[in-house]
Amino acid sequence: MKKVEIEFAVNGKKRSLSVKPNDLLINIIRNDLFLTGSKYGCGIGECGACTVLLNGEPVLSCLTLAAAVDGKEITTIEGLAKGNELHPMQIAFLKNAAVQCGFCTPGMILTATALLKENPNPSEDEIRDYIRGNICRCTGYIQIVKAIKSCATEAQ
Amino acid sequence: MQTNTKILAQEFEYLAPKTLDETLILLDNYKDKSARILAGGTDLLVKMKTIDLKTDYLINIKNIPELNFIDTADGLKIGAAVPLSHIERIGKVKERYAALYEGIKSMAVIAVRNMGTIAGNIGNASPAADTVPSLIAYGAEVKLVSKRGERTVLVEDFVTGVGKTVIEADELITQVNIPEMNKNSGSAFSKKGRVKADIAKINLAVCLEREGNICKDCKIVLGSVAVKAIRVKEAEGLLKGQTVSTSLIDKIAKRASEEIKPIDDIRSSVEYRTEIARVMVEDTVRIAWERAGGEL
Repeated sequence: MKKVEIEFAVNGKKRSLSVKPNDLLINIIRNDLFLTGSKYGCGIGECGACTVLLNGEPVLSCLTLAAAVDGKEITTIEGLAKGNELHPMQIAFLKNAAVQCGFCTPGMILTATALLKENPNPSEDEIRDYIRGNICRCTGYIQIVKAIKSCATEAQ
Repeated sequence: MQTNTKILAQEFEYLAPKTLDETLILLDNYKDKSARILAGGTDLLVKMKTIDLKTDYLINIKNIPELNFIDTADGLKIGAAVPLSHIERIGKVKERYAALYEGIKSMAVIAVRNMGTIAGNIGNASPAADTVPSLIAYGAEVKLVSKRGERTVLVEDFVTGVGKTVIEADELITQVNIPEMNKNSGSAFSKKGRVKADIAKINLAVCLEREGNICKDCKIVLGSVAVKAIRVKEAEGLLKGQTVSTSLIDKIAKRASEEIKPIDDIRSSVEYRTEIARVMVEDTVRIAWERAGGEL
């Protein structure tokens, strides 16, 4: 297999890598860049644990070829905080106890930030609809929805 | 066989052409080998991981400018690389093409819609494809381009069976064309799944044109009830040219449920699909009729 040279930005930092055509973005992010916030869950696009932002939009890194992100901007959960200052959505998740085991949290928070960018004041139904691809087996979603709602309210 | 979905095990060569011409040359060069088009990858990569679908060359068309456009001037023309989520955000889609809008919104989840494309949904040729019933109902066509030339094929004729289409090995779907909707037209989509993100147990699109109290023209298309999305033409025949009433809609719905030939599978049963089809046709025809300005 011929390797593919790619250049892309991860959390604002330029990266140049040589990847195999069948390398998945999730494995490059976790194993080569040591950003282990993004999680491998199902591998077939059912659970949302591997969600990252590609040019600001949530996508599934387990179904994205690393070669295909050449020239793009990737944001992982590690890229949301500014230094020691957490992103408002991260604070909202903490304040509302929206995290239990934490496995879905990185994908959930990234999806939630994309929702508020698209729709700054979503209803509960709109929140639940938007995060329907991010599966949480602990919380029952109640605190997660509350956290997203409170983040939206505080930003207003 | 144990499947490891953490990695993509099979080997292939990755190609990222920058223009449409380059893509067509690659497709022509590899037409006798196994080459596949990668757009969103949400179906293709899953199949490569889980059922070991093989390919020697993967051609990524996602970044080709000529395939990244939406033209709303006359009807709708959508480039093959446009993500589904970008289509649902177009005002005209929501206002004039309600069945397409609802079909896209019903698909999977936002991350998948940010990746997947309408051309991919058609080309994947799943009987449960959620954009296909409305595209057939609107009379939409796909544009197929190769080095030899180009042609357009109705979506209705393009898909021929499960995973089967009329596309040739050197051809590429470059765009989907949907005709302009008449003012007195209305459309609606409906789908049954266990939860919202599901693949359809059954889905359905209706597009009709009203003239006073009469239904001038209509198409009723059901998915997941045959090897491809199908029109229930006898039911359509009962509606066309008739004064629309609640009792007529009941009659059409019953006929539609008799016309389909669903199967038992992991998602649903013949019995359920037949019964729910009747209810869904009844509801969806009514909604489309009301959206066309009709009264009951």
